[in-house]
Amino acid sequence: MVKALRIALPTIGFGMLAFGGWLALVWVPAERDMGAPSRIMFAHVPSVWMMFLCCVLNFGASIWYLAGKPSIKVDAMAEAGAEVCLLFGTIGVLLGSIWARPTWGVYWNWDPRLTSVTVMLVTYAAMLAARRFEEDPERRARVSSVLGILAAASAVLVWFSVKWFNSLHQPQSSPSTTYPELVLTLRWNSFAFLFIAAWFVWERYDLALAARAGELAPPEPPPAPAQQGGAA
Amino acid sequence: MSPRARPGFWLTALLVLQKDLLIEWRSRARLNALVFFALSTLLLFSFALGADTRILGRSAGGYLWLAIMFASVLALGESFRVENENGALDGLRLLPVDPRAIFVGKAAGNAALLMVVAVVLVPVTLAVYDVRPLGGLPELAGVLALGCLGISAPGTIYAAITSRSRAKDVLLPLLLFPILIPALIAGSKAATLVLHGDPMQELQSWTKLLLGFNAAYWSLGILLFPSVIED
Repeated sequence: MVKALRIALPTIGFGMLAFGGWLALVWVPAERDMGAPSRIMFAHVPSVWMMFLCCVLNFGASIWYLAGKPSIKVDAMAEAGAEVCLLFGTIGVLLGSIWARPTWGVYWNWDPRLTSVTVMLVTYAAMLAARRFEEDPERRARVSSVLGILAAASAVLVWFSVKWFNSLHQPQSSPSTTYPELVLTLRWNSFAFLFIAAWFVWERYDLALAARAGELAPPEPPPAPAQQGGAA
Repeated sequence: MSPRARPGFWLTALLVLQKDLLIEWRSRARLNALVFFALSTLLLFSFALGADTRILGRSAGGYLWLAIMFASVLALGESFRVENENGALDGLRLLPVDPRAIFVGKAAGNAALLMVVAVVLVPVTLAVYDVRPLGGLPELAGVLALGCLGISAPGTIYAAITSRSRAKDVLLPLLLFPILIPALIAGSKAATLVLHGDPMQELQSWTKLLLGFNAAYWSLGILLFPSVIED
């Protein structure tokens, strides 16, 4: 069952993504004002959503580790969440800045969303870097839970503080203000991204568990003395 | 030790603060290094931008904060180096006192040190960048005090986290600087408003942001510090 799900998740995810690519690039009519670049939105928005989802996963696992159950599994979940969060966030920011060049005329501006998401990604990258430098698995888990909670808090604070600058990023549209094809394509792609993200988290979680098992394993027993006389 | 002899939360914090200030006062090595480091940072900004006092004056508030922030990394790292030398932190932890009080004491000590650095930097900033505090010196002092408190709360947690790791000199700024961005934004804006006048009455809202930053990180620090130093 678990094995089947493990194959099904990426298969369905990438299958849906392939069809979603056709939906986004061919089927859905181009947005009236922005034209073709608006199609980037169908990958940009789902990646950023996945980033937030994984960030929440990391935050939840961090709190769970400190307040509830300090187990290797919870720590592995936090690590998987942080890393997949960083991945999808980076994809989202890159896609966003490619979209921004034809639309806003610049790759980058100091818009609150851009700035705060980038600061958030730097925070998570720093947290993952800090994990690499901590050798004791138990202390690493504890410390990175603290870092996870602080990173989430800082994301909120950075958001509010940079919002006071002038904003260029449009507010989100709601499904009722856009046309149905667009909503369908966006939803389709979001589910594709969701399956892929879930698969990534799962694989990363197993990898983290395996790495931890390797660290905690007792040292290899010394090689058995060579057998003598060929007697088995 | 009888239970009655145990100091309470605030007294513990005060004792830790006193200990840190005493260590600092005895050598004053850290303070000297910090002040000269921050001063040379201020000078470097002016060399990077050219000798145009008008441009420099306009951004004086931001440079002042950057100099304090860079100096803070040295101060914070050092404040836990002395604790890890000879296992002093283990000794502190073994005492039957609230570890959260240790956080409050150490963070207050770091804030005090940064405030001293700020006090030295202000007249130099005013002179070198040719600005006058139009908003008044007490306001500037208030903004600087809030900012130093805001830097030292998250800084103390991060310094405690990184103090035992192999690459602490790299990790501390890497972790701390992104977190300090709200304080830097609010502090620079507020300092600039004090230095150049505040016709739109914006100072209050930036001060509120600084206060909020302080509230968030002091409470998070009090909450999380025990799990950072427990081993």
